[in-house]
Amino acid sequence: MYRKVIFPVDLTHIDQLTRALQTAIDLALHYKAEICFVGVSGTAPSALARTPQEYESKLAGFADEQGKAHGLKSSAKACISHDPSIDTDKTLLAAIAELGGDLVVMQTHTPQALDYIWAGHGDTIAVHSKASVFLVR
Amino acid sequence: MANHDEDAIQDAGEEALREPEGASEIIETDYEIGQDNITPKIGPFGLDIHNPVFAISGIVVVAFVIVTLAFQDQVGPALGAMRAFLTSSFDWFFLMAGNIFVLVCLGILVSPLGKVRIGGVDATPDYSYLGWFSMLFAAGMGIGLMFFGVLEPAYYFATPWGDQPLSRDLGIVDGVLMDPAAVEAARLTAMAGTIYHWGLHPWAIYAVVALSLALFAYNKGLPLTVRSIFYPIFGERIWGWPGHIIDILAVFATLFGLATSLGFGAQQASAGIGYVFGIEGINDTVTFSVILIAGITGLALISVLRGLDGGVKRLSELNMILAIILLCFVIIVGPTMLLVSQFFGNVGAYFSEIFALSNPIGRDDDGYRQGWTAFYWAWWISWSPFVGMFIARVSRGRTVREFLTCVLLIPTIVSAIWMTAFGGTAIDQMINHVTDSAVFGFVIDSYVPELSLFGMLSELPLASITSVVGIVLVIVFFVTSSDSGSLVIDTITAGGKINAPVSQRIFWVIFEGLVAAALLLGGGLVALQAASVSTGLPFAIVLLFACYALVKGLMDEPR
Repeated sequence: MYRKVIFPVDLTHIDQLTRALQTAIDLALHYKAEICFVGVSGTAPSALARTPQEYESKLAGFADEQGKAHGLKSSAKACISHDPSIDTDKTLLAAIAELGGDLVVMQTHTPQALDYIWAGHGDTIAVHSKASVFLVR
Repeated sequence: MANHDEDAIQDAGEEALREPEGASEIIETDYEIGQDNITPKIGPFGLDIHNPVFAISGIVVVAFVIVTLAFQDQVGPALGAMRAFLTSSFDWFFLMAGNIFVLVCLGILVSPLGKVRIGGVDATPDYSYLGWFSMLFAAGMGIGLMFFGVLEPAYYFATPWGDQPLSRDLGIVDGVLMDPAAVEAARLTAMAGTIYHWGLHPWAIYAVVALSLALFAYNKGLPLTVRSIFYPIFGERIWGWPGHIIDILAVFATLFGLATSLGFGAQQASAGIGYVFGIEGINDTVTFSVILIAGITGLALISVLRGLDGGVKRLSELNMILAIILLCFVIIVGPTMLLVSQFFGNVGAYFSEIFALSNPIGRDDDGYRQGWTAFYWAWWISWSPFVGMFIARVSRGRTVREFLTCVLLIPTIVSAIWMTAFGGTAIDQMINHVTDSAVFGFVIDSYVPELSLFGMLSELPLASITSVVGIVLVIVFFVTSSDSGSLVIDTITAGGKINAPVSQRIFWVIFEGLVAAALLLGGGLVALQAASVSTGLPFAIVLLFACYALVKGLMDEPR
């Protein structure tokens, strides 16, 4: 039913993504789909990577590691944003459309009052993406 | 609407999904970006802030505002005296430092170091020339050109206070126009003296800071914060207190520079609105200025929430278009042929007088050299962390030569065109109508500098429309300054992280408006301006070291 699962990933908080990651892997295995890890980074150095090349290499390494560990076809897409604090959702939506993902699995927080005026990343992707979106609390 | 959104997303995607770039000379350090950050949660808002820098900056700002408000009778004169002392005692130092910055930039421009590319050898530019240049100008001096474009040339042409450039003869003395030869000589001196303040020197100051920041962040892999520039000098100690102090000083200069400008800008805009719409006394009520600050802060907030590309960049482009329309209007309906012929003469005068104007010793024009030039240089230097950091943020992918051409040479030409059009028209009006001209009234007769631009426009056709365009330009320039300023402060107080939660940027943009409003209501804007200008002296010394670090850093880069 699904050919490409997109998993938006923030490599700095990978320890908090365990449930969502397992869900994405299980769904990809079940539907024999490819899993693509999409990350958004700025151009300035960060704790994770000091250059965009290093960021891309780390994301590719993570995707490769997950693919081998679970016997899945995996890939990575590193997106560079001018202003990741604001443009992450827009960049992810563009990447999902470009990659042709038909299922997005992503981690999100439990609902809170602030979501009414300031939606989380998962909420925005679910509202605007043409792909099916599975949000994991 | 849906299609429109998809197009926008597609555009953003094409821009964002670029190929990564090639090699640069990364500095090996054990410091991990954000390692000193703490992540407290205030209500539903999560923060990601640098431990001492955020807290100390916030406390210092609040304490300074309280002390300034509580003891303004003592603090105001003390800071004013300090500013006067610095600009009169260290004028030679400011002028000398300015010359060094220009020489360093020109030296790098023509040397093989100009081939280095910001972001690595294969990096591609983040922004088109139009978007990039619009942002450079909006951050660098957009608002200043609006305020001083008419004021400064007209002032130097006929100042009765004896502070004209190089103590030369004036074009109008005691309300009497001099003979044509003297008038032409005074006009050329006035234009050269003005372009000198808006040409190579201020942009060289910005260029040194911006290029250093960009180099050490994008090529060397250090955090995008002011302390990184000084890594070649302090080494690993830069991650400790020497670095904390540099970053806190940068936040201090940026926030107070912005708050005072926001306060004065609101007063200018309200004076303009009062003049254009004939509302008597609006200028005297701080209430209207506070409402304007609230409005400008509200617009800046929207701009912040739209991000760098959707907010600052678009507003800067809008302002660039409006500014070009206003410039073309003044050139076309003003004395067109005269302005065109004067432009080359003005540029020639600038280059022929630049050695005399920038000579730091043995001069007798104290009023001009100390009251104007040294003050400007201190002001540009105190603003340089803000403007430099913002320019650095948007300049990735350009070669150093391209960077210096666009940050140093082109802005100088644009400033010369702007000053020729606005100042040249104003001086022409003064020559033709002498004491009856509105410009003479606002600049010389009764000194009301915030109305000088509107005075010049009032003597041209369609004044009511062009004056409104002028007011809109002033306000939008302040919105972009407020937005980009909060972006810069947030990055510094987040230890160089550019993906900190948006709530922090919102905090800074509101805080900036509150500081400006508090100082406007309680008095003390002038004192704060003096304080932020006073940071120019320590920063001038710091920037001279930055020149060394910059050249050293560039020499290690692959070309």
